[in-house]
Amino acid sequence: MTREEVLNNIREKFKGDIKNFLERSPKRIYIEIPSSALLSMATYIFKDLGARFNIASGLDTRHNFEILYHFSFDLLDLIVSLRVVLPKDKPEIVSLTPLLEGANWIEREITEMLGINFIGHPDMRRLLLPPDWPEGVYPLRRDYKEWDPDAIRDRGV
Amino acid sequence: MAKTIVPIGPYHPLQEEPEFFTLTVEGERIVAIDVQVGYNHRGIEKLSERMSFDQSTFAVERICGICSTSHPFAYTQAVEDILGVEVPPRAKFIRVIIAESERIHSHLLWLGLAGHFLGYNTVFMWAWKLREEILDVMEILSGNRNNYAMFRPGGVRRDIKAEDIPGVLKKIDSIVPTLEMLKKAVMDDPVLHARTKNVGVLSQADAINFCALGPTARASGVLRDVRKDAPYAAYDQFPWEMITRCQGDVFDKLVVRVLETFESIKMVKYCLQNLPEGPIDLNIKDIPAGEGIGHIEAPRGECFHYVLSDGTNRPARHKIRAPTFMNLPTYKATIVGETISDATIILAGIDPCYCCTERMAVRDIKGRKMYDGEDLIRLSQEKTEKIRSKMK
Repeated sequence: MTREEVLNNIREKFKGDIKNFLERSPKRIYIEIPSSALLSMATYIFKDLGARFNIASGLDTRHNFEILYHFSFDLLDLIVSLRVVLPKDKPEIVSLTPLLEGANWIEREITEMLGINFIGHPDMRRLLLPPDWPEGVYPLRRDYKEWDPDAIRDRGV
Repeated sequence: MAKTIVPIGPYHPLQEEPEFFTLTVEGERIVAIDVQVGYNHRGIEKLSERMSFDQSTFAVERICGICSTSHPFAYTQAVEDILGVEVPPRAKFIRVIIAESERIHSHLLWLGLAGHFLGYNTVFMWAWKLREEILDVMEILSGNRNNYAMFRPGGVRRDIKAEDIPGVLKKIDSIVPTLEMLKKAVMDDPVLHARTKNVGVLSQADAINFCALGPTARASGVLRDVRKDAPYAAYDQFPWEMITRCQGDVFDKLVVRVLETFESIKMVKYCLQNLPEGPIDLNIKDIPAGEGIGHIEAPRGECFHYVLSDGTNRPARHKIRAPTFMNLPTYKATIVGETISDATIILAGIDPCYCCTERMAVRDIKGRKMYDGEDLIRLSQEKTEKIRSKMK
């Protein structure tokens, strides 16, 4: 499949879901979709089009949360990033782990770093933060404050 | 038979990164594995948000001590993606020289340690002796044996002097005959075949499902190499071969790494001999608002960086994904059904980062200590010895 066919297929199949289709460069495509369309779109891209899941990046944009799911089409030199915007008061989204095992760890990481809830994740234990880290404190959120007065990690860079 | 739980960690039995493995075994056979990481989480993504774009290059260089160039490489590519610029041709060639020399030393390091775990200390000593030459080359080119600080968004920091090139070429040529000998010794050895063939097999379907990367994926027949698929720097300007195998066992991973070393030597030599003239840096001052993705092929697989800029002089978000993050979970598919004496080499097979700190404990279900890390390596070495004596 050529690059145009891949992009047209995605555009055709998810006409009603795509909120914004941004071609930043010939190699980088950013597609904004509602969280309800994520699973069907990721299934189509991963299973039917045979893309590889690179990783997901979670962001706190101050007004809301964003998750970018990066998929790369290795033979076409193309990275398609699905952008999902989540409201601050209800940060939850469907888990992709049942679809592809490669999403398992990154969803655990985003959960503890940003406090986003992945519905349907089979194994939501803590991955990176230490066991004595308090529940409900998320280090990559913009409003994060150092919670431990003895910690040396937050004394400026 | 009663199930026994074998905790390993939090220091990796073989490698640098502290990890915690819980192996559930039935007798000798492993029936389940659970991996816990995070003992050395340094929050570099958070740190990077408070550093300027130039400072972040140095911070990410310290993520990994072995493939220390791969992170700055991916990061500078991400920043250049925001800017939409191409670096000058001379900088592209210098980047390839540094990245490929690093791949040679990284693969040799792995080969040596893999030999050690299997009880082949000769392989260990030869491989590390050859690696020393490459570290000398890195010192001549960059001034450092590690953490080379060669990269910056828009180019490289340090030029390669024309008078250094003949000496470097001579040093690289000097390791080739020994490496050929080592390759033959490793690839034709029947004992090594017995220890690594059909051990820790990662099927092609699993490699795709776990999104495995680098030599781990290429040994399982997944044709995936960022240098070929999305040629960056100068990788599209000279011929080279992507090494693949299809069995997915430890032997194939070993073969892929050994043969890749030869490809890297070819690339370094070509780049040094055909280094174009010109500037080495674009002298970038401001980074505009925007977002960029940089991905490169590190020795262990694709290294992926996402950088969001809001127009200030520091990244608003910097997401880093190292290759081992995707390769480590493949243990779930490779280690189940194997024996404890093979666990060391399977765990080493994906080549996570290495270190001298070794601490490992094997406990039965009541918590009575049975083995430590050295015992497990001894078990592995004894198995080789047994096979070797049978073959005599």
